[in-house]
Amino acid sequence: MKASIITEEDSMKIAVLSGKGGTGKTLVSVNLAAVADKAVYIDCDVEEPNGYLFFKPQNPTVEEITVEMPVVDYELCTGCRKCVDFCKFNALAYISGKLKIFEEVCHSCGGCTLLCPENALSEKKKVIGTVQRGSSGNVSVNTGILNVGEASGIPLIKALLQESKIEKDALNIIDCPPGSACIVMESIKDVDYCVLVAEPTVFGVHNLKMVYELVSLFEKPCGVVLNKCLEDANPAEAFCVENGIKILGKIPFDKVLGTINSDAEIIVSKNKEYRKMFNSLLETITKEVRNETVTGS
Amino acid sequence: MKIAIPVEDNKIESGVCISFGRTPYFMFYDVDTKESSFVYNSAADSQGGAGIKAAQLIVDGKAEVLLTPRCGQNAAEVLQAGNVKMFKTVGTSIMGNIQDFIAGKLAVLGEIHEGFHNHGGR
Amino acid sequence: MKQLLVLSGKGGTGKTTIVSAFIKLANAKAYADCDVDAPNLHLLMQQKMSVEKKDYYGMGKAEIDSNLCISCGKCKTYCKFDAITFQNEYKVDFFACEGCGVCVEVCPVNAIKMLPAVAGTQMLFSDGEQVFSTAQLKMGSGTSGRLVTEVKKAMQAKAQQVELAIIDGSPGIGCPVIASLSGVDMVLVVAEPSISGISDMKRVIKAAQILQILTVVCVNKYDANLSKTEEIEAFCEEMAVPFVGRIPFDVMAVKAINSGKTIVDIDCPSGRAVKDVYENTIKRFKKTEEKT
Repeated sequence: MKASIITEEDSMKIAVLSGKGGTGKTLVSVNLAAVADKAVYIDCDVEEPNGYLFFKPQNPTVEEITVEMPVVDYELCTGCRKCVDFCKFNALAYISGKLKIFEEVCHSCGGCTLLCPENALSEKKKVIGTVQRGSSGNVSVNTGILNVGEASGIPLIKALLQESKIEKDALNIIDCPPGSACIVMESIKDVDYCVLVAEPTVFGVHNLKMVYELVSLFEKPCGVVLNKCLEDANPAEAFCVENGIKILGKIPFDKVLGTINSDAEIIVSKNKEYRKMFNSLLETITKEVRNETVTGS
Repeated sequence: MKIAIPVEDNKIESGVCISFGRTPYFMFYDVDTKESSFVYNSAADSQGGAGIKAAQLIVDGKAEVLLTPRCGQNAAEVLQAGNVKMFKTVGTSIMGNIQDFIAGKLAVLGEIHEGFHNHGGR
Repeated sequence: MKQLLVLSGKGGTGKTTIVSAFIKLANAKAYADCDVDAPNLHLLMQQKMSVEKKDYYGMGKAEIDSNLCISCGKCKTYCKFDAITFQNEYKVDFFACEGCGVCVEVCPVNAIKMLPAVAGTQMLFSDGEQVFSTAQLKMGSGTSGRLVTEVKKAMQAKAQQVELAIIDGSPGIGCPVIASLSGVDMVLVVAEPSISGISDMKRVIKAAQILQILTVVCVNKYDANLSKTEEIEAFCEEMAVPFVGRIPFDVMAVKAINSGKTIVDIDCPSGRAVKDVYENTIKRFKKTEEKT
């Protein structure tokens, strides 16, 4: 069974999120990308990217992403400490007649450079991570990798989303970071639709509520994929029903799936049943997104 | 000579605080005059970079010695640049540690841990 | 007070399930949930306790007074975070604003102020016997070690006479994790037998070792991938990190959790396994006490 063919008329920019880690975000986004005719996969979980482990893109291009860092000219600095007092992130210290700059703590706001009455501060570029782009079959794989210890992943996500060529007739799918912090918000800014992945536990519901609140705040239409489903009553399902949230699909708890996934293999390439399931899921999502576009919500 | 020490409260009966950057107060003790003063640690209110700000406070307070259970890398850089020597406290008694230091019983603080300044992310 | 911290590196490994079991087994009188971004422990520890709530203030956020604003646009030009929008009037995007204060400085008419912003809520539950400290960050807030530190401090202050406290840590290895590690006596890392799980486990172990805290490891849902479980055990042996046990995936665990029980409140395979993990962990813990 083939998935609905996405055409140039569609705008299919989907974000996949969950309130907490380990619910199956990457499982869902990777496999949806794998069954689509054409897909652009963007891994915004820049602190712990995982998608590329599944796709294994060949010879990816690597681009360094930089932010601006202040640099001091000791000859011009008079030790007035305006910069030290201004910095809300405590990235500057003045000791024994010398200004010290702590780059890992600096948020690149540019304030110190702006304020220095002696023009002793200028800016230099500092690499915070890389954007890697390659392809794997029908999928264009875009990964952001933040260097350990960096203050913020937001500039990297911005660069990643800019650099990843969104294609009109493709499934553009964004694998988001877990949680509901500012980096998640940055990842979903321009998407058409959000797929929320939820676990069938009370923890899962609690976290689903948080992320549902977030996407509602951003006025993004959404639907839920229930993952790791067992036979018993599913509190996450109950939550969706109570709140009128569309359930897009259910993935059963399956040890075999778990094992294949833990070896970083793409399940739809290994198993016909799952290929069918994900094709069906993609079709459902495509229809939902088209409906949303028509109703203009 | 002035000694600085992170303390739980602005009273000498309180104890040494386990954290340097986010200690509520610092006590400054003058070995010569035997006078002590307490300073509120404004660094504790910071979202990030608390160690750096606290270390700046110590340097500005003209302490030559810091007695502390631990210290992070960024704070250590500030303190070293300011020629502040660091010694490791034992137990929680403020005066106990000061007296031990004066008697030469405290060890130099050897283990400086790396900073991990990842806020703004997850 | 001695503190045992449970970490996982990766999310979804079952940390909270294990912590709740440990709390029951140890009959712990003090515990805390440091996963302030997505706290879960309170869902299991049925609270019939009274609660003290406190607002937690994060970075200040800028706000433009539209009465004073002359629409020169300087703030938008200088904002490095795209946090100032213009749609009929200039406004600060609350979520994008990082509180740097540059706009406040550049505004020629002082129309912008930095205002304190509530970034979350701290909660301290107590009933005379037990103390439970937790917090919830508001969405969009930058997580920081500071709230984690406050959660731990609140627990320590209220339960000074308690001997053993158990702390549910946050996922990842960033600032909140380092803050949870500060001052604890031992760490139990709950590992997941998968490629990503192992990679995250290694990073957490490294962080704990840099801070010179005794670390032990267990594997949860070990039967999901036996070869990865063995890889973890081999790694632990190589690094001289004590391995304290394996817990099987257990459907009954899900049932228990969903009915608000811990896995040691019912008779099930994971419950029996976690008892062994607990015994092994406590044995190691007692050894650290003997040393000091």
